[in-house]
Parts: sequence; structure tokens; C-alpha cells
Amino acid sequence: MYAQMVKSEATQDDPEALAAFQARIDAGEKIEPKEWMPEGYRKTLIRQIGQHAHSEIVGQLPEGNWITRAPTLERKAILLAKVQDEAGHGLYLYCAAETLGVSRDELTEALLAGKMKYSSIFNYPTLTWADIGAVGWLVDGAAIMNQVPLQRTSFGPYSRAMIRICKEESFHQRQGFDIMRKMANGTKAQRHMAQDALNRFWYPSLMMFGPSDKDSVHSAQSMAWKIKMNTNDELRQKFVDQTVPQAEYLGLTVPDPDLRWNAEKGGYDFSEPDWTEFFEVLKGNGPCNAERLAARQKAWDDGAWVRDGLMAHAAKQRSAPIAAE
Amino acid sequence: MGAVVDMDAALFAGLCRLGDSTLVLGHRVSEWCGHAPVLEEDIALANTALDLIGQTQMWLGLAGEMEGKARNADALAFHRDVWEFRNLLLVERPNGDFGHTLMRQFLFDAWHQPMLTGLAQSRDARVAEIAAKAGKEVAYHLERSADLVIRLGDGSDESHARMQVALDTLWPYTGEMMTPDATDTALADAGIMPDLVGLQATWDGLVRDVLAEATLAIPDGGFMHKGGKQGQHSEHLGHMLATMQFLPRAYPDATW
Repeated sequence: MYAQMVKSEATQDDPEALAAFQARIDAGEKIEPKEWMPEGYRKTLIRQIGQHAHSEIVGQLPEGNWITRAPTLERKAILLAKVQDEAGHGLYLYCAAETLGVSRDELTEALLAGKMKYSSIFNYPTLTWADIGAVGWLVDGAAIMNQVPLQRTSFGPYSRAMIRICKEESFHQRQGFDIMRKMANGTKAQRHMAQDALNRFWYPSLMMFGPSDKDSVHSAQSMAWKIKMNTNDELRQKFVDQTVPQAEYLGLTVPDPDLRWNAEKGGYDFSEPDWTEFFEVLKGNGPCNAERLAARQKAWDDGAWVRDGLMAHAAKQRSAPIAAE
Repeated sequence: MGAVVDMDAALFAGLCRLGDSTLVLGHRVSEWCGHAPVLEEDIALANTALDLIGQTQMWLGLAGEMEGKARNADALAFHRDVWEFRNLLLVERPNGDFGHTLMRQFLFDAWHQPMLTGLAQSRDARVAEIAAKAGKEVAYHLERSADLVIRLGDGSDESHARMQVALDTLWPYTGEMMTPDATDTALADAGIMPDLVGLQATWDGLVRDVLAEATLAIPDGGFMHKGGKQGQHSEHLGHMLATMQFLPRAYPDATW
């Protein structure tokens, strides 16, 4: 789940047009970029797709932190392939957002100015190699929970991007679980790293779904528009139910003393994450917010001469035939 | 009188030269992850690093196999110290700005591509097979790096100036690629690896054409650094290895 707390925009369009639009969505039709859509639908999608794209880009940083220290050539190659996929996902998503009338540069500038968010999870550090396992297993696992239903989202380009992304995300989650399996079955130090990674990433992973939204007007509108397919609580429950048996298989302990199976509801009861911490992270007070944004700002600033140089060359190529005439 | 060359040792050294160069460059390129000037370059850099690490697995895998001392590619990559590394000095140069990274890539690709073409004709079938596979990837690396050198060399005033600085800085590290020692000569005489002197003309032609189109001036002066292939490196390599080898060295009993 790489988009959190996306507020849907109020819309002030003609009620008849809105009703006709809603009827198309209810009938399962895809909305394409050049077709009429309510302004609120457009703005909400830009915010959601943009936030998702930013998450893919910022998400390269905690994993990139270990590419140079991957313990085998194969692990290094796999992690490179994974991070390359993520940059590719960012690209599809920025392209999907562009069809709604916002450029990649505009979205990047909004991110750097703090006007747009990325997933809170990437503000946590990757301290040991087991964290790379935990990121794949838990973070990509949580992302998949959200993204699989989004393949059926109403906006055509977003839905198509999600279909491509989901194919790759399941490989990402498997590689993460595979790292955890090796660590959990390894030496004493490796087992310590595996448990420590689970301890640190469990609650931030639950936070990825966002706070309970059962009474949220914004969520109801997004769900009616099929921009959001499930409530945050439904997805969080599904994630916990899937992940707890995996942790047991690994011989690791989920850091929640109140976790227990509830036969009646057919799922686990579990503790809520600390939502105060979540809101602090969103405000910029997570352990790595400053580093992550500074890294992106530096890449943007240091890369300016490259982007300008490429544009200058392209301009020369365009003017060359005219000058020759 | 020329030294008597042990052919097994020469082949092991030759394979380490190839595998260590792809490893060290792949590692350097991977340091860019998440920090590139544009998203397309983040993807291209990761892709290049991935190709080079894959080639490392093949070259060092074969080196370990033919050495017969139960060292696999990982043992060679993670459990040798600087003096045992045989990579070219060029590839251990720090990333610098994007211009340095790109120029280093181009100067290496312009050698790597014809080198692999020659290696694909090796009398050693295992060498030829790896070279044929790697050659397809490296043809693309060269196409990309040459194209970008041209566009940034002949781009804005600033991009031109930065590319010229990168070229001036890196040029003295290029001579080593085409300067054979006894190991290179023995391998060339045996038909296992191409004659490095013969590669010079191809490299010169390619580099001159691209740099001319990029409006960049080839530096004066013929001084060239050497030593990487014989295990005499710059200070930079030790720091890279300290990072790269940390986990297997700190936890020698672990498998990953």
C-alpha cells in the first residue's frame, strides 16, 4: 500500500453528468484520459497515483542502502533487479498521472516542496540485511494487498499500470521471504537480525494501510468511484491473517502479546499500531524523513545540469536542419 | 629472456581481470541507486549494474572452477583483499558527478565491447560462451553510453564543461586496458584471449569518433597509470571492498 490517507476532492459538477459518470463506473466501465470526468475524481487520482509513484522512487533508498553490502553476488543481482523494477513502476505511474494533465516534473517538485507525500514506511531505516528481507516480505506484502484489487480500479491507465506492477511485486515479496527464511534458519546472529527486523517493521507495516476509515466520507467517495477498492481495516486484517502463519513458519514471534486467533470472525485479533507515531512520521518526524527527502532533493539538484544538457542537445538537433537550409 | 608462464595461472589471472573489472564497475554503478538525475537513468544504471554483476558471476565462477581450489565466484568476490584484485584502475575510480560515471562507462564500454567480440572467438569454449552472452548486453551498454556522451558533450555549456573535465580526469586510466603484460601475451598467443595491442586501433577509432561528435577534446600528453591488472590499486578500492565484503567477512559461518 503505497498510497495512504488520500483525501478525495469535493466535486461541484453538474448532477446529471455526475450521475451518468457514476453509472458508467457502476457498470464496470473503464474511464479513459480523454473522457469527461468530475474534477474531484481527477484531482483525487492525481494525488493518489502521484503519491504511489513517489513511494516507488523514495522506496529505492532504503533498499539501495544495502545493494552495496549485499552478501552474495546473487543477492546483489536480485536486489538490483528489484530496485530497477521499482523505478520502472514509478515510471508507469508518473505516465498514468500525466494522462490526467500533470507532468512528472510538477509532481517531483510538489514532493520536494513537501506538498505531496510518499508512504510512511520508507521513513524507517534499514539497519541490517534482514531488513531487506522484512521490506520484501512485509512492505511489499502489504503493498500487494492494496494493489491486487486496484487492478480493477475504474481509471484505465491506473488499472493497466497496476496489472503490470502486480506481476513484479509478487516476485519482490518472494525474494523478501526467501531472505527471511535464510536468516531465520541461519546462525544465532542471523536469527537475531531476523527477529529484530520483524520487531521493527511489524507495526510500521500495519500503519501502511492508514488509520481506520470506516466513518470517513472521503473514503466512501473514493470507493464509490472505484479509486479505493477496500477499507483500510479490511486490508489490514487480510494482511495480518496472511502474515502471522508465515512468521510462525519462520519461527519468528510477531511483537504483539495480544495477537490471537478469533475463530468467530475467522481472523486474528491484533493490537493497533501507535497512531501518534504514524501522524508524527507523516508530519516529517520519522527516523529518516529528513534523509530521504534530502537524498531526493540532492539527486534533483545535482541532476539539473544533466537534464538541461540533454534538452540543449535536443534543441540543437531540432534547429540544425533549419539552420542548414 | 621472457618469463616462463604457467598457462593455468595465466588463465586464472585473465578470468579474474575480466570478472574483477565487471564486479568493481558493477558495484560502482550500483552506488547510484535512487540518486540518478532522471528516472530513466536510475533504471538504466541499475540495469547496467545488474548485467555487470551477472557477468561477474560467470567470469569468477569459471575462474574458481578452473582453479580447482573449491573457491566459487562469491569466495573470490568477498574473500580476497585488494592486492588479489585484478580489475582495471579505471573502473575503481569513484563515481564523481554523473559526467564522470558516464565517461568512465563509455571509455570502458568502448574497450569491453571489442574485447568480448575477440573473446567470443576464444579457443576455450567456456570463455567463448560467456563472451557471446555478455557481448549482447555490452553492445547495448556502449550504444547507451556513447549516445549520452554525445548528447551531454554537445549539450549546454555546463554539460560540455563537465564532460570535458571527466574526460581529462579519466583519460590517464585508459592506457592500462590496451597495454599487455606477460599474462596477456601468453593468453593471446594461446588463442584464449584477444591481442590487446590489436584492440587499440578499434578503441581509438570508436572513442575518437564519439568524442569528436561530442565536441570534446582528447587530452594532450601520453602519461598513463598502470598496475590494477597486477594488483596495485588506488586507495579507493580498499574502501569499496570494506563495504562490499562486510557481511561475509563479519559472519564467516553464515549462508545468505
